[in-house]
Amino acid sequence: MSDRILRIDMTSGSTVFEPVPEAWAGLGGRGLTSAIVAAEVPPTCHPLGKNNKLVFAPGLLSGTRAANSGRLSAGAKSPLTGTIKESNAGGTSARMLALMGIKAIIIEGMPEEKKLFGIHVTHDSARIVETDMAGAGNFSVVEKLSGEEGGKAGVISIGPAGEMAMPSANISVKDPQGRVRSLGRGGLGAVMGSKGIKYLSIDPSDAPGISYADENAFKEASKVFAKALTEHPVSGEGLPTYGTNVLLNVLHEAGGLPTRNFRTGSFDGHEGISGETMHARIEERGGEGRVRHSCHPGCVIQCSQVYPDKNGKVKASGFEYESVWAMGANCGIDDLDALAEADHMLDDIGMDTIEFGVTMGVAMEAGILSFGDASGMLRILKEEVTKGSPLGRLVGAGAECLGKAYGMRRVPTVKGQSIPAYDPRSVKGMGITYATSTMGADHTAGYTVTSNILNVGGMVDPLKKEGQVELSRNLQIATAAIDSTGLCLFVAFPVLDIPESFNAIVDMLNARFGLSLTGDDVSALGTSILKTEREFNRKAGFTEAADRLPEFFSEETLPPHNTIWDFSDAEVDAFWEF
Amino acid sequence: MEIGVRLFAGFRKERFRESAMAWEAGMTPRSIAGLLKIPMEEVGIIFVNGRHADPDLPLLAGDVLSLFPVVGGG
Ligand code: SF4
Repeated sequence: MSDRILRIDMTSGSTVFEPVPEAWAGLGGRGLTSAIVAAEVPPTCHPLGKNNKLVFAPGLLSGTRAANSGRLSAGAKSPLTGTIKESNAGGTSARMLALMGIKAIIIEGMPEEKKLFGIHVTHDSARIVETDMAGAGNFSVVEKLSGEEGGKAGVISIGPAGEMAMPSANISVKDPQGRVRSLGRGGLGAVMGSKGIKYLSIDPSDAPGISYADENAFKEASKVFAKALTEHPVSGEGLPTYGTNVLLNVLHEAGGLPTRNFRTGSFDGHEGISGETMHARIEERGGEGRVRHSCHPGCVIQCSQVYPDKNGKVKASGFEYESVWAMGANCGIDDLDALAEADHMLDDIGMDTIEFGVTMGVAMEAGILSFGDASGMLRILKEEVTKGSPLGRLVGAGAECLGKAYGMRRVPTVKGQSIPAYDPRSVKGMGITYATSTMGADHTAGYTVTSNILNVGGMVDPLKKEGQVELSRNLQIATAAIDSTGLCLFVAFPVLDIPESFNAIVDMLNARFGLSLTGDDVSALGTSILKTEREFNRKAGFTEAADRLPEFFSEETLPPHNTIWDFSDAEVDAFWEF
Repeated sequence: MEIGVRLFAGFRKERFRESAMAWEAGMTPRSIAGLLKIPMEEVGIIFVNGRHADPDLPLLAGDVLSLFPVVGGG
């Protein structure tokens, strides 16, 4: 059976399976969500109106035996940035949709009455039902649906933040243990909420499964690929053993750890929230804690972990560097248990941890609470955000909006999205990525930390300007392509160093679809995705003038290296010369 | 000559987190790693005073050397 697109119209309540248009046949993941948004969403539409569309797509390799191929992409026009948006996460749904032969789900229109719905999807049907789960947190939604539909059902849901259409609301995807992973950035949860959808439940029974043009060739290539993942020192050893939060001490030592709303590049309380402390605590507390955990079936890297409380019960899972940094160092908080509690609450409320942490940093600078006030932060989550009070709404609107409301000048955002965990003054390649990414400030879009800090894929001095534009450009192109395959971005560590692993990805694509792509075609795919996204942004009103970092980065030096952001506008704009 | 040495992740096991002790003159990141029985092929990142450094950089009194195993994240 050939793949189809499921189109759900929330205005009329109709659902239909459509054949895949020729132009989209070779696309998946981000490539497909961005192509659909660019083709069908008017760039000037209101992100929360009936003309915006929310698109889900598994990657080209999702559902196959390829390791780490279960990432799900979601795309729309972002209510946070006003640009095109793609966000991806693990969980069990991408694999299921691929096995069901559903290449994408397009959700369009919006219901006339303010009601809340769930959508039940099987391989040949989609049913829209009214739900009484208004106000429920993601964990109870997942639990309830897993009970009703059998524990194996996939769940994609929003929490109260999405229902309230907060611009920092995310979308949760159920993971193999019934906890959640997040389609985190850019407020896609608000788009889902604006369409009156609380959840999608995915029932893969009777799914036709994956067909291969050449199954043996696929098997061979997937073995080469998995071998590279387990043999490369970062993906085979570093990531699984220490998790992503090992970066906290790395960035602290490098002087690139944004601290107390980007005042300094190192944090005196770093040991309290470091990966080393997290690792020791997980081992010491035992119980349900796990040093290794995978966000989707088929991940051989297992960078994630489960962080237990004092009694060994799960406190937070998928408690990653970005979240620990945003609410920790950036807010002057060194209490890991408090951060775990906030992380867990944010998963339940359905809000992006990076946007929340950076917003809190701005709130602390504005004097709403003081730096280091962990209980104040938890109170704001519990009493204000969850309840949708005026302050809660302001926090949920993100750093740029809260900064404006309080007359703040030092607000670390690009295109309205908060800058993540690497200061652009001392990890300069990341500054180029933040400035130029079609998504607003996003570290995953072109992760120059590899060459700037980790010595993977060559070395480019993080404190100098030389080589950063080219590095960011190459990585952004490669990332757009990888984001289309459904592969987790961490496969980039071996791909940057071991040529056979890149060839194996090309071979897998060819064996799955009966193509004869070369490496150059894959880079061309990345290039064309970036250009499609940029063209959407241009039509939405974004010029080069939006590709800029906030002014304070060029005016305030960052200790300890006392560097500033010193790229000229022309140097940044040269990024797009390809 | 006093040199600060900071170790991270698995390198701390059965060693230390941070030390400020006197070393002979002419030390380099490589020679200190050797004396601490850390195989160079396990070292992923070497910082001296927060900047990337060559394993054979001669260290000066007051320098801070940070050694990380091969790690990643994002
Ligand atoms: S390496 Fe981490 S992010 Fe990637 S698939 Fe595995 S658990 Fe998920």
